[in-house]
Amino acid sequence: MKSKQQRQLFYLVPYGAWLLLFVIAPLVLLLFQSLTNANGGLTLHNYAVYFGSGTYLRMTFNSVWFAFLITLITLVISYPMAYLLNQLKQKQFWLLLVILPTWINLLLKTYAFIGLLSKTGTVNNFMSFFGIAPQQLLFSDWSFLLVAAYIEIPFMILPIFNSLAEIDPKLEQASRDLGANKWQTLRRVILPLSMPGVKAGIQAVFIPSLSLFMITRLIGGNRVITLGTAIEEHFLVTQNWQLGSTIGVILIVAMVVTMILTRDRVKKNTRK
Amino acid sequence: MAEQTPIIEFKSVSLAYGDTEILKGIDLSLEQGKFYTLLGPSGSGKTTILNLISGQLAATSGDILFENKRINDVPVEKRTVNTVFQDYALFPNMNVFENVAFGPSIKKMSKNDIERQVHDMLKLVKLDQYADRDISELSGGQRQRVAIARALANDPKVLLLDEPLSALDYKLRKDMQYELREIQQRLGITFVFVTHDQEEALAMSDWIFVMNDGVIQQNGTPEDIYDEPINHFVADFIGESNIVDGIMKTDYVVHFVGKDFENVDAGMRPNERVEVVLRPEDLDLTTIENGKLIVTIDDQSFRGDYYEITAIDDDGNEWQVQATNSAQVGERVGLTFDPEDIHIMRFNESEDDFDARLESYEDDDEE
Repeated sequence: MKSKQQRQLFYLVPYGAWLLLFVIAPLVLLLFQSLTNANGGLTLHNYAVYFGSGTYLRMTFNSVWFAFLITLITLVISYPMAYLLNQLKQKQFWLLLVILPTWINLLLKTYAFIGLLSKTGTVNNFMSFFGIAPQQLLFSDWSFLLVAAYIEIPFMILPIFNSLAEIDPKLEQASRDLGANKWQTLRRVILPLSMPGVKAGIQAVFIPSLSLFMITRLIGGNRVITLGTAIEEHFLVTQNWQLGSTIGVILIVAMVVTMILTRDRVKKNTRK
Repeated sequence: MAEQTPIIEFKSVSLAYGDTEILKGIDLSLEQGKFYTLLGPSGSGKTTILNLISGQLAATSGDILFENKRINDVPVEKRTVNTVFQDYALFPNMNVFENVAFGPSIKKMSKNDIERQVHDMLKLVKLDQYADRDISELSGGQRQRVAIARALANDPKVLLLDEPLSALDYKLRKDMQYELREIQQRLGITFVFVTHDQEEALAMSDWIFVMNDGVIQQNGTPEDIYDEPINHFVADFIGESNIVDGIMKTDYVVHFVGKDFENVDAGMRPNERVEVVLRPEDLDLTTIENGKLIVTIDDQSFRGDYYEITAIDDDGNEWQVQATNSAQVGERVGLTFDPEDIHIMRFNESEDDFDARLESYEDDDEE
């Protein structure tokens, strides 16, 4: 028994080392830095600045709001798409086509959108046939939402697709057999059973969307300022690492809250 | 038997996927309030028939009638039949009450009516104490009961059961057979039960359809099918059988294993080649002098209420015998049986021909 335990401990070493070096240590450093001033003394000054400033709070609200919109848009597109993909015969192949764009570098995809949306870009070229070009498409909230949603959609589709694929087709048959039409079956059987996938998708999209910064700059033209942009500014431009860390801590707290809100509560629901 | 309008009728119904024929011209007619069984090995098309009645599958050709109306194009949810699925297919996101209430709530029944209906159904399957349980907390037998209650909660005119007992252990299966039969008789609705277990079929059914290769091989009461199997497949599939080749010399005389035997079959061509069926329980061990057949005991196993004996005759034919007394392996003994224990099967005789022949010489007997 003892040797077995020791062996298990041994297998945990790589995981433990990873956890310590790349998760726990950075978090501690981040938290520590957020509690210091430029001379290294302990202070709550950074948090006072953050919570005392309308700009930062607006930025935070902006981040959450845009992340919410991105999540909502991807969810509305992804659920029906995942549902349809699941009905197809070669579903794994079609799913692969959806996943494929995630293998391409994010920056490349973003530049591709600049080419599409700029004043001399493909979309404006096309619209000039109707005499409504050139339009300012880039550097708007809409273009930011469009590109962000495009980038995030595969991460929403994949978990939803998986949870739908796991549902026993017999359950759909049983529902129809008991008198439910397709829509009632979707609402009362399929949708509730695919909620774990929806929650996982929301986590996978909402949390990264909170800290998007490249797209905000390249597509949003810095008109959309999010927490991600603010952190980048503080670390790279104003060199105020302390305040940057503070915003980082706020971001992590926001992520933890999201995870708590979307965690699997199946047990609780059924035991009322 | 009084003529009744059938509740379900199949008129030369076929189903094919490309070149693969699953059902080949099925004709059948089911009456109100009876317990029917579709019996056959896997791949025989029995579950396909169930899916055609429920509407999960569509026939390639032929008509399916429900109370004399063609229902080929009626969608699943509009049919007044319900199904108990093989693996129960209970909704895991709902508790017992919600599962049973699913059908009634889709029908927009009032809250009180739903509660009364669910309560009645759970009581019928003896699960009224379990309404608030999660599906994951139930045993296999209890899930089975929930599935039955859920299907019955819609007050179907026909209940379809797709191998519902196959996942249960032996004792539970026996109890459920009895209980299902009782529920069917209490409610007076038609049950269509699919199984590959011939014992189950014989024990529960009013009427059995024996299926193989997408064709109904024979249909009739359990007694008819057991006593008068129409061909090799049915004789072999229903119960244990000894089947040997023989020649029907004249009416009431059959020749097999080198001897002539008196029997009770007639209506065949003189010297027609036939198959002869003798059931193991109809064979008795006796002395060599009294034996109609002389055999050597090859193997014996104790089955509780009888001994299962394998014996070999001098021509090398194997004989299964169910005997109340034990014998010695290697011992030479006689086998005896009565003329009415011999059942004759003609090659390629259809059910209609079989029935007609039976009637022709049974009428002769009465005259």
